[in-house]
Amino acid sequence: MTDLRARVRRVWGNQLSGPTDPTADARWPDPPARKGFFTDTSICIGCKACEVACKEWNHVPSRPGGDTQGTSYDNTGHLGADTWRHVAFIEQDAAAQQRARESGARLVSLGMPARVGAAPAASDPAEPPGFEAVRWLMSSDVCKHCTHAGCLDACPTGALFRTEFGTVVVQADVCNGCGYCVAACPFGVIGRREKDGVAVIAGEPVTGYRGGVAQKCTLCYDRISDGLQPACAQTCPTTSITFGDHADMVALARDRLAALHAEGRTEARLYGANPDDGVGGTGSVFLLLDEPEAYGLPPDPVVPTARLARMFTAAGTAGTVMMGLAVAVFGIMGRHG
Amino acid sequence: MQDLANADCIVIQGANMAECHPVGFQWVTEAKLRGARVIHVDPRFTRTSAQADRHIPIRVGSDIVLLGALINHVLTNDLWFREYVVAYTNASVLIDEDFLDTEDLDGFFSGWDEEKGAYDLASWAYATPRPTASDGGEEATEGDDLSDAAAGDRYGSGGPPLDTPRPMTDPTLTDPRCVFQLLKGHFQRYTPELVEEVCGISADDFAYLADSVTQNSGRDRTTAFCYAVGWTQHTEGAQNIRAASILQLLLGNMGRPGGGIMALRGHASIQGSTDIPTLYNLLPGYLPMPVVGHHDTLADYLDAITSVNAKGYWSEAPAYTVSLLKAWWGDAAREDNDWAYDYLPRLSGPHGTYQTMTAMLDDEVAGFFVLGQNPAVGSAGGRMQRLALAHLKWLVVRDLQLIETATFWKDSPEVATGELVTTDIATEVFVLPAASHVEKSGTFTQTSRILQWREQAVHPPGEAMSELQFFHELGRRIRQRLAGSDDPRDRPLLDLTWDYPTDAHGEVDAEAVLREVNGVGLTGESAGEPLDSFTQLRADGSTAAGCWIYTGVMAGGVNRSASRVPASDPTDPAHDWGWAWPANRRILYNRASADPEGRPWSDRKKLVWWDEASGQWTGDDVPDFPLRTPPGFRAEPGAGGPAAIEGDDPFIMQADGKGWLFAPRGLVDGPLPAHYEAQESPVPNPVYGQQANPARRTVAGPDNLFAPSGDAPGSDVYPFVFTTYRLTEHHTAGGMSRWLPFLSELQPEMFCEVSPELAAERGLENGGWATLVSPRAVIEAKVLVTDRMTALRAAGRTIHQIGLPYHWGVGAQAIVAGDAANDLLGIALDPNVQIQESKVGSCDIRPGRRPTGPDALALVAAYQRRAGLVPDADQRSGEDRVMDEEAGDD
Repeated sequence: MTDLRARVRRVWGNQLSGPTDPTADARWPDPPARKGFFTDTSICIGCKACEVACKEWNHVPSRPGGDTQGTSYDNTGHLGADTWRHVAFIEQDAAAQQRARESGARLVSLGMPARVGAAPAASDPAEPPGFEAVRWLMSSDVCKHCTHAGCLDACPTGALFRTEFGTVVVQADVCNGCGYCVAACPFGVIGRREKDGVAVIAGEPVTGYRGGVAQKCTLCYDRISDGLQPACAQTCPTTSITFGDHADMVALARDRLAALHAEGRTEARLYGANPDDGVGGTGSVFLLLDEPEAYGLPPDPVVPTARLARMFTAAGTAGTVMMGLAVAVFGIMGRHG
Repeated sequence: MQDLANADCIVIQGANMAECHPVGFQWVTEAKLRGARVIHVDPRFTRTSAQADRHIPIRVGSDIVLLGALINHVLTNDLWFREYVVAYTNASVLIDEDFLDTEDLDGFFSGWDEEKGAYDLASWAYATPRPTASDGGEEATEGDDLSDAAAGDRYGSGGPPLDTPRPMTDPTLTDPRCVFQLLKGHFQRYTPELVEEVCGISADDFAYLADSVTQNSGRDRTTAFCYAVGWTQHTEGAQNIRAASILQLLLGNMGRPGGGIMALRGHASIQGSTDIPTLYNLLPGYLPMPVVGHHDTLADYLDAITSVNAKGYWSEAPAYTVSLLKAWWGDAAREDNDWAYDYLPRLSGPHGTYQTMTAMLDDEVAGFFVLGQNPAVGSAGGRMQRLALAHLKWLVVRDLQLIETATFWKDSPEVATGELVTTDIATEVFVLPAASHVEKSGTFTQTSRILQWREQAVHPPGEAMSELQFFHELGRRIRQRLAGSDDPRDRPLLDLTWDYPTDAHGEVDAEAVLREVNGVGLTGESAGEPLDSFTQLRADGSTAAGCWIYTGVMAGGVNRSASRVPASDPTDPAHDWGWAWPANRRILYNRASADPEGRPWSDRKKLVWWDEASGQWTGDDVPDFPLRTPPGFRAEPGAGGPAAIEGDDPFIMQADGKGWLFAPRGLVDGPLPAHYEAQESPVPNPVYGQQANPARRTVAGPDNLFAPSGDAPGSDVYPFVFTTYRLTEHHTAGGMSRWLPFLSELQPEMFCEVSPELAAERGLENGGWATLVSPRAVIEAKVLVTDRMTALRAAGRTIHQIGLPYHWGVGAQAIVAGDAANDLLGIALDPNVQIQESKVGSCDIRPGRRPTGPDALALVAAYQRRAGLVPDADQRSGEDRVMDEEAGDD
């Protein structure tokens, strides 16, 4: 069985799970460096300029006129076909702040920096700041542009593809709206656009996009192809959203984490910076100030293909066994028939 | 603004900087990343608080107690910057013997005239001996006259002239009449205990703030304060900023990198619209508007705003004034007609926006231009605003959208209540589409006084046009109509210089206007050449300049506002990014960044210093000081103007060259800040017997009733405090956001923010509706219950504060509509600048939606009767009684 799994790996390389270079796997000749975001939630001011800039640039429909959702200052809810950047607002009391710091400290003391991407704890950490009566977390979420993208692997039409920048983009004119990608995304990022949405730009409704197709962040494929930054990163006033080479983004994230840990703020942790995680690390790396669940992020996302080899093996085994059984049963029946 | 990155501590108070100035907040983020401590003092925990090291909740309207206690802390613990204070402030100056403090008079300063409701400012002056009688002796000191002229700006940017520019001093600071001792006495009762009682701030929080500020001030460290309308929009608004100024002077934080007081201006070019003002009481460059009876001739005017033996550049005001008149009236401005001074209008009273509104209600105003404003939603007392519009003969609304001010006649709340009947309204409304900022070129002057040129990206669609184009065309047509008139009153219009070049599309060349603003020489070799500096301006008609502080923006004939060389690092002042007035200085009064001998206070905080070798001031910023006046310079007795600035007079626009801890002139409600409760307050003033600022202004009448304050009967009818504010997602009264789907979906509905305690007390549910009632109006809002709002203990009682964003308005045109928070507000004004108190009001809150139609009025009236604001008449209708009983159920 082990032998079978090794054979699958030989055939597929690391394209199903684990650390890999997704651009090389996609057979791009001589690709540029993989691109990505670093979203530092510790300096996010929740202005939502990223949401607006994204919608304007990408002609994403808005849905004004709804009700206030009563969830802090968040009225767009979650990422989806019509929300490619989404700012979460989480209000926490002192007890929650303490839990966050302790859970972060456990990650450090468990010797997990390599896995969570944390720098080693400072030898002489500062007196950590106290807890406020209330803390307001803000975090701009976005497509993770996974190393192993579930949406991409599930897409039967080739509408989703891996770009030369290592990002994952939907071609709306190829998508048939099957929705397999929606179920395959471990982060719940991609969604199918309803047909009645209308993007209004400069007072004019923008037509020409297709309803019913899957939509998500393209990491501004058009802009970065022209050497520009993605709209969200360009507009972010505090540099909470940074865009650049993926390796630089991970390094930046690790530096920032080390700085916060040195202040005693062990609640800080990285998300998506670990290439050994269930999606092989993400193109969009985050610094969070609490466990991922607090932000509505899955704590341990796993791409469906990560289990493909095992499933394949299991299916093969099951098939062999069933075939054996069938032979045996039919053989017996045959003898009796 | 960029200089905030150099601060070691930033106190944001009276501002929600991250939400309302998110782009500028990058410098606070930068400071944080470099290790600065950030403290947010605010009634609400906002997105700014989320970024702060600590949020300190405060009861709205109690800022002077907190700042006063910091001043007291600094003085009593000897934490003030002695060398700075002695050399650069008026701490040592002796004050008139007749001066009496609020400590002596239980909340009044000397000079109060009960009958006039105003102060006589004479006893606040610097002590005699007075010099010659010719020295500004005619100047009025009656506070009521001054308040009418909004005296905060009455004297222009130089502040008022002084009778005694070289006053009597006591450098030991021990004389009981000296400013330092008066300051000590005035603030002695502003203790941490008082802060706890009045502001609801714990001793621990106060100690944290006090330690943070004092430990980050001095030679080697600096603290900055940031404020916005959370300080200004109070009946003691100007005094809030005065209090911060005193503290920052005592700590030596003015004129230094990472120090100062950052006034966060609200939107694009709101700074520009005070520099070249849309304010009734100012001319360009902070020259005051002349007042009937006081400034009848040019000589009267110039005498009043300056005096020849005062120190500093404000003494050159005659050159600025004559150059302005030459810019406007060209050859028609001649020496023999006082440079056309009589063409200028005169103030006959306070013509601020609220006085104009009441004049409309009195049918004294025929027509009204509304430009970049939405008073039906954005001004205090919305109902009065809308009723006033119906009294006009004509109304012109120039806007990007069909805002509520343009449609009040068909869909305002008063149409619903039956107070306005569309068919009865005779106002003719003209809606003229405006060009957006990408459809016109020109400058914005932002909050750092930096002019930034904006290129036209596309031409305006349809009939839309820029304000420049509109007013140029309006002026052209009016002048066409008047051509040939020999009526003297038409001369100011006919003689205007109105010859701006136009481009191929017929649009006025905005750069030609900037050239006029910058100024040009009129004679000799420099004729027609742009001027490089305001020091070149003359009062003899040889120069013209539309706004003296902007002179230099076209230096060398180059449009410097279009410069776009970004900072190389966060400490780079980026002098080639735009152009800052005056003279491209980034930090005002920066001579104070060096010690009296001209050496930087420390290497870490060096900015401008005296270079002995070259015999001039130099450094990383443009020195804000006469370049070749050495640190030890002493002026000749009798010298005036720039020549009288001595080597240690950093505050070169002040008549004595010093930073004013005590303001002997200029403010009409006190030379020192004193705490008064707001017009509407839940508590009796714990500090003085006097409840509210005695000099405040209000509008009288049944449409502007006020809730009883403190323990007065009826105060329990409106038991809660509300405060109004903006959100990041919307822009002011909504004209630029509620019509945009991308912004509207982010905050789709009017809401109120309440604490869990208040929600429990009043049965409010998160996501449900609430009805809010003030003595002026009733509105409804969705409820957001949040721990970010906290009940405070102050004056021995629990204070609930309710947050109300003011972006929504009632109308049928916007994508999202809702009740307007400003309808709840009364009109109570700061006496110095006539700004409304929109940060504090009293209200009641109850669950559920508000009544509609006439029932809404009945509910408001029922509350008014219960509070004793109107007589409880017998002839009440049955409906009223129903509402009354309902209201009584709360």
